[in-house]
Amino acid sequence: MEHYTMNLTLKVWRQKNAADKGHFETYEMKDISSEMSFLEMFDVLNERLIREGKDPVAFDHDCREGICGSCSMYVNGRPHGPWKANTVCQLHMRAFKDGDTIVVEPWRANAFPVIKDLVVDRSAFDRIIQAGGYISVNTGNAVDANAIPVEKEKADAAFAAAACIGCGACVAACKNSSAMLFLAAKVSHLALLPQGEPERKTRVLNMVAQMDKEGFGSCTFTEQCEAVCPKQISVSNISRLNKEYLMAGLTAEKK
Amino acid sequence: MLDSKIPAGPLDQKWTYYKGHCKLVNPANKRKLEVIVIGTGLAGASAAASLGELGYRVKAFCFQDSPRRAHSIAAQGGINAAKNYQNDGDSVFRLFYDTIKGGDYRAREANVHRLAEVSVNIIDQCVAQGVPFAREYGGLLSNRSFGGTQVQRTFYAAGQTGQQLLIGAYQALERQVALGNVKMYARHEMLDVVIIDGKCRGVICRNLVTGELERHFGHAVLLASGGYGNVFYLSTNAMGSNVTAIWKAHRKGAFFGNPCFTQIHPTCIPVSGDHQSKLTLMSESLRNDGRIWVPKKKGDTRKPNDIPEDERDYYLERRYPAFGNLVPRDVASRAAKERCDAGYGVGSSRQAVYLDYAAAIVRYGKIECNKLGITNPTDEQVRKHGIEVVKEKYGNLFDMYEKITGENPYEVPMRIYPAVHYTMGGLWVDYELMTTVPGLYALGEANFSDHGANRLGASALMQGLADGYFVIPYTIGNYLADEIRTAPISTDHPAFVEAEKNVRERIEKLMSIKGNQTPESFHKRLGKIMWDKCGMARNAEGLKQAITEIQQLRKEFWSDLRVAGNVNEFNPELDKAGRVADFLELGELMCIDALHRNESCGGHFREESQTEEGEAKRDDANYSYVAAWEFKGESNWELHKEPLNFEVAKPTQRSYK
Repeated sequence: MEHYTMNLTLKVWRQKNAADKGHFETYEMKDISSEMSFLEMFDVLNERLIREGKDPVAFDHDCREGICGSCSMYVNGRPHGPWKANTVCQLHMRAFKDGDTIVVEPWRANAFPVIKDLVVDRSAFDRIIQAGGYISVNTGNAVDANAIPVEKEKADAAFAAAACIGCGACVAACKNSSAMLFLAAKVSHLALLPQGEPERKTRVLNMVAQMDKEGFGSCTFTEQCEAVCPKQISVSNISRLNKEYLMAGLTAEKK
Repeated sequence: MLDSKIPAGPLDQKWTYYKGHCKLVNPANKRKLEVIVIGTGLAGASAAASLGELGYRVKAFCFQDSPRRAHSIAAQGGINAAKNYQNDGDSVFRLFYDTIKGGDYRAREANVHRLAEVSVNIIDQCVAQGVPFAREYGGLLSNRSFGGTQVQRTFYAAGQTGQQLLIGAYQALERQVALGNVKMYARHEMLDVVIIDGKCRGVICRNLVTGELERHFGHAVLLASGGYGNVFYLSTNAMGSNVTAIWKAHRKGAFFGNPCFTQIHPTCIPVSGDHQSKLTLMSESLRNDGRIWVPKKKGDTRKPNDIPEDERDYYLERRYPAFGNLVPRDVASRAAKERCDAGYGVGSSRQAVYLDYAAAIVRYGKIECNKLGITNPTDEQVRKHGIEVVKEKYGNLFDMYEKITGENPYEVPMRIYPAVHYTMGGLWVDYELMTTVPGLYALGEANFSDHGANRLGASALMQGLADGYFVIPYTIGNYLADEIRTAPISTDHPAFVEAEKNVRERIEKLMSIKGNQTPESFHKRLGKIMWDKCGMARNAEGLKQAITEIQQLRKEFWSDLRVAGNVNEFNPELDKAGRVADFLELGELMCIDALHRNESCGGHFREESQTEEGEAKRDDANYSYVAAWEFKGESNWELHKEPLNFEVAKPTQRSYK
């Protein structure tokens, strides 16, 4: 790839804490290499801010290889930025050109309150999993791994759903701040496997109830979630979730 | 004298004997016992979940915003288990033997044998949890091969095996949270352990959102905080991976085992510039089908596809015909360095070699065309079908490569170079995973125990889960059985007060320097010293220089550091400053350890000790021991030796030729 440098204007959301109202600040970035990652550009900015005696921009990040799900920047109106099937940590500066203005905001959703700057609290996702996103099998209970064959097609579909990294881009992209794609990915992953069968009905009912309790919005099937999902989780999982929910609602025995 | 507490009896009976004779805690007493788990990767999450299931009251801590984000999630290739589903001659003994040999005879036999034994249970447990491993059309599990072995024993989920295993453990953990058996503290960092009457009784943590310090009591404390490869600044570790938890424990009396044993992984994406913040691994599984080469001509600047077949040097296949591209990691890394140092490197930096999929694409393409009944397929048809197969096996890795480099690896060979990946060293533990501090345990990468001087691919996931699911639930009972009469100790106890005070003073000291240099800049400089002098090749002179340089850098750190922001707020710069301060102490110990071990073994390559062919030369007469270092004060450590006795796997010169 041909290497080039560029000058950019960054508009970054700054918010001291959850109580602060927040505002945009503008930073001029000089000589940014096209080979840098987007977060490395923020490293450069932060080093500069510290040297200038200013507060660096807080943002979540960890693995920087697109799998931990920590990073969460809303770049030019799109979660994780312009590239398809990508996390912002894997976005590289060759996606931009000299003179560009880039606007960076946190995930915005009632269920994801801002902690500081670009950092939000996504613990609602953990609580949705706590409501039933698992198979109840204590350590030591398992039978031999090959005792239950699983149709390859189903195993592959379960894997595709399980690829969700829990970053929350789906929520951030949705005009209703719905968490349906996140939820659907987990329900599908477990409903597609024979191991998930015994808890199939209670799982979906409890997880949906928790999602509503957390304050996520409803799904109006705009498919924005799939369009921005770094792992390309399909909205067909939402259809499956709806089917699972309906079946469970109609047939589950009340406790 | 170090007591490794290895049970008596024949090697393959030790674990069975131990389990049959260790002390048990009855369910009513388990409810009264509190256990603290630091870290929620594979080892921590599996331990916290399993102990919660048993009825212990567990508190789990992680610095990330969710336990699901621990760095185990990034493991790509797979997990080993001696299932022998492929009928290719695998067994518990073979897995044990390969691991000992792969570790260059610097691991403890009894621990490794136990690891091989429980490996089979791990796969069962994970499948029961719904981990979607790759399967064959018959619905049964698929396997692939990895470096350092000649059987197919690696279970995988595309290139996301770590993620799937961690999500399995995370879900088990969240289930225990929901049941009230585990209390989860995310965005918390452990900053000290609390010792009362010689036993570990709790921790001091910092709430990373509010900056508040918290005291937590536990009858036992488990450190599952991962490895310390980030001491090199550039590594495949996550940005937050750090040594702090185990380093604080080390300073409080836990010996540090083989600190210099570092794994440099052969297949990573090369450094592209000074801005680089981390390196990205390309899974070792790529060596299954990819062929590694450099041009035969020095300084060849032709494009890779313009270099004809007979002008390419497939140096691993040339040097190691028996294992070829699947030699263990340390061997593959050194071979790449050797070629680049000799002037055969490729790419703009000349610090890279090619990993080529052209041959694999043709091979798979022909098989597919044959399956589809296409006779005399065109090259184009072969390529098309070959790419489909490669995509299914390695698609996500190829995509990742393209995102980072902007090059299409289906068209041009990937450029790779070795990078720091894993640390075999860690806190010294006995057979029960207990450190030299009673009641303080270390699990997973945080301990030193199973991989000797070099870890085989797909064994880290195996060890993390073995420790958490199947070892600690037994061994911790043997300790806690004697603690059932210990009532919870108030966190107003003077030891807690004192520990918190020390932590607070250190934080205030970091904040009060108000110098000119950032934590990041110190970290970079430390990393450079470590990589240049304590990296893939080490020598006495370089190590001595490194020790002096690190001491000077540490001095500079404590007099010219600038930490932005305040103490009582969300402040990642302060978190980083504390971690870099600990790396600056660890780096010195690593160099001291590397200097004292005047032999080459596994990933530790002392230039003074090599065979005529340039392979690592062990010195079993003098160094067949675990180096366990006791902290005695600044720049002062005492060496303790745990002799290694090989009763079954007799040490030989490792050969993969």
